[in-house]
Amino acid sequence: MKLKGRKIYKGTAEAEAIVTKDGISFYGGVDPDTGEVVEVGHELEGQSITGKVLVFPTGKGSTVGSYTMYRMKKNNTAPAAIVNKQIDTIVAVGCIISEIPCVDKIDINKIQNGQKIIVNGSEGTVEVK
Amino acid sequence: MKLTQEEQDMLDGKYGKSAKKSMEILTTLGEIFDAECMVDVYGVQIAGVSYANLGEAGLEFLSEMAIDGKVRVLTTLNPAGMDRENWQELGIDKEFAKNQNRAIDAFAKMGIITTCSCTPYLIGNAPHYGQHLAWAESSAVCYANSVIGARTNREGGPSALASALTGKTPKYGYHLDENRHGQVLFKTNTPVKGTDEFGVLGKIIGDKLVELGKKIPYISGIPLATVEELKSFCASVATYGGTALFHMEGITPEYNKYPIPKDFVFEINQDDLDKTRAELIDDDLEIDFVSIGCPHASIHEIEKIARLLEGKKVKKEFWITTARPTKRIVDEVGYSKIIEDAGAKFAADTCCVVAPIKGRFKGIMVDSAKACYYGRAKNKFKVKIGSIEECIEEAIK
Repeated sequence: MKLKGRKIYKGTAEAEAIVTKDGISFYGGVDPDTGEVVEVGHELEGQSITGKVLVFPTGKGSTVGSYTMYRMKKNNTAPAAIVNKQIDTIVAVGCIISEIPCVDKIDINKIQNGQKIIVNGSEGTVEVK
Repeated sequence: MKLTQEEQDMLDGKYGKSAKKSMEILTTLGEIFDAECMVDVYGVQIAGVSYANLGEAGLEFLSEMAIDGKVRVLTTLNPAGMDRENWQELGIDKEFAKNQNRAIDAFAKMGIITTCSCTPYLIGNAPHYGQHLAWAESSAVCYANSVIGARTNREGGPSALASALTGKTPKYGYHLDENRHGQVLFKTNTPVKGTDEFGVLGKIIGDKLVELGKKIPYISGIPLATVEELKSFCASVATYGGTALFHMEGITPEYNKYPIPKDFVFEINQDDLDKTRAELIDDDLEIDFVSIGCPHASIHEIEKIARLLEGKKVKKEFWITTARPTKRIVDEVGYSKIIEDAGAKFAADTCCVVAPIKGRFKGIMVDSAKACYYGRAKNKFKVKIGSIEECIEEAIK
């Protein structure tokens, strides 16, 4: 199944999907040293997003979150790619400065946790294998 | 998005790596928000300066941008986490000071004027009516759009820097006439006076806008307002309401450019002012810290403080937060000496919102509704709002 969305940041990645219905705040909500979601009560609390395709509706929280994503990239704890229902400026800027492939305007209900997916940020597509 | 040849060349890397990265940020934002093109900006104000907010990650990003990045327009900085000259006396630790200076050095390398202030419009980053800007710092954004009639969206740290390094911003949101109409009418039926009371008014309006899911208020019934009252109002309505633009009848330059909103109309009476002021005064209060200058104190405010403190002694920690150029002027005319002889301290380049002072004090008294919000949320202080006169009385008590 190939889903067509909008390109946010170029590049391709193939990895396992980690999917949540909750918004993500990278600043304060994710530990940039371990890649774990640390927001109390978050659906992904305690799980690592490192090397996965992170699928969530939209970003939230402080604009410092863009810098947190950059730090994750430098620490090798960043997700391999990001898929959103609707991008917000914090995650968009974070993906650009950290060079993480990113696509939005995707019906994220069609992606299941653990599925292998290919994100093509240059074409704005997500392929579920 | 339609790009000019120059903009396309930046995107293609012909102007270097930092300009390319910057143009990637700006074109992506432009596409997300359906901008048709870029617009040239007169100036930039950058937020995300305090090391407490940037961290190593932010600093690394700045250092990388500074390798070949140079500003193309007038660019100033938000307050840092400390007074750059007087940090030791204000209790800032050495390690923090070292890291804060690394961040400021990276900004300086890009040609940014490292005057760290939330009131760029008071110290020479002064746009005129109708000019396009890319400003971060919510209170300054609100002031520029509303009081000056310039045009800027609420930028974040990286997008403001991207505009500084390219001289461009995507043309959407508050850059366009159609997004600058007032949405909610607030009729003020009672006199509003002083920085504290304008802050209270900002909270009333900001809270109401959040409740309604609206952004742009039109305010009537204020016959006169000073620059200081307006900067306090801007800080408050931006903090509580996320407001980037307001119109004030007879005061702001665009008040009669658009129709007066009719769909949502609210009256503000003395009761509302009293009730909201009470919300900004905590119970079981023990004040051990007084701070004036949120947003940064003007020459006029410092002159007033000097007059009120002359020949007196403060008994509590008392900070006046201001911009370095303002501090130099008040040094020259002698206000600083009067204030420092009374035992109060200047904290230039920084403020009580961004300095790392969490938990250092129990209760703070301020004349700013914005400082109340961050004093509670970020620094875990109890808070009290009052006029400048009341703040001084408290300090010398």
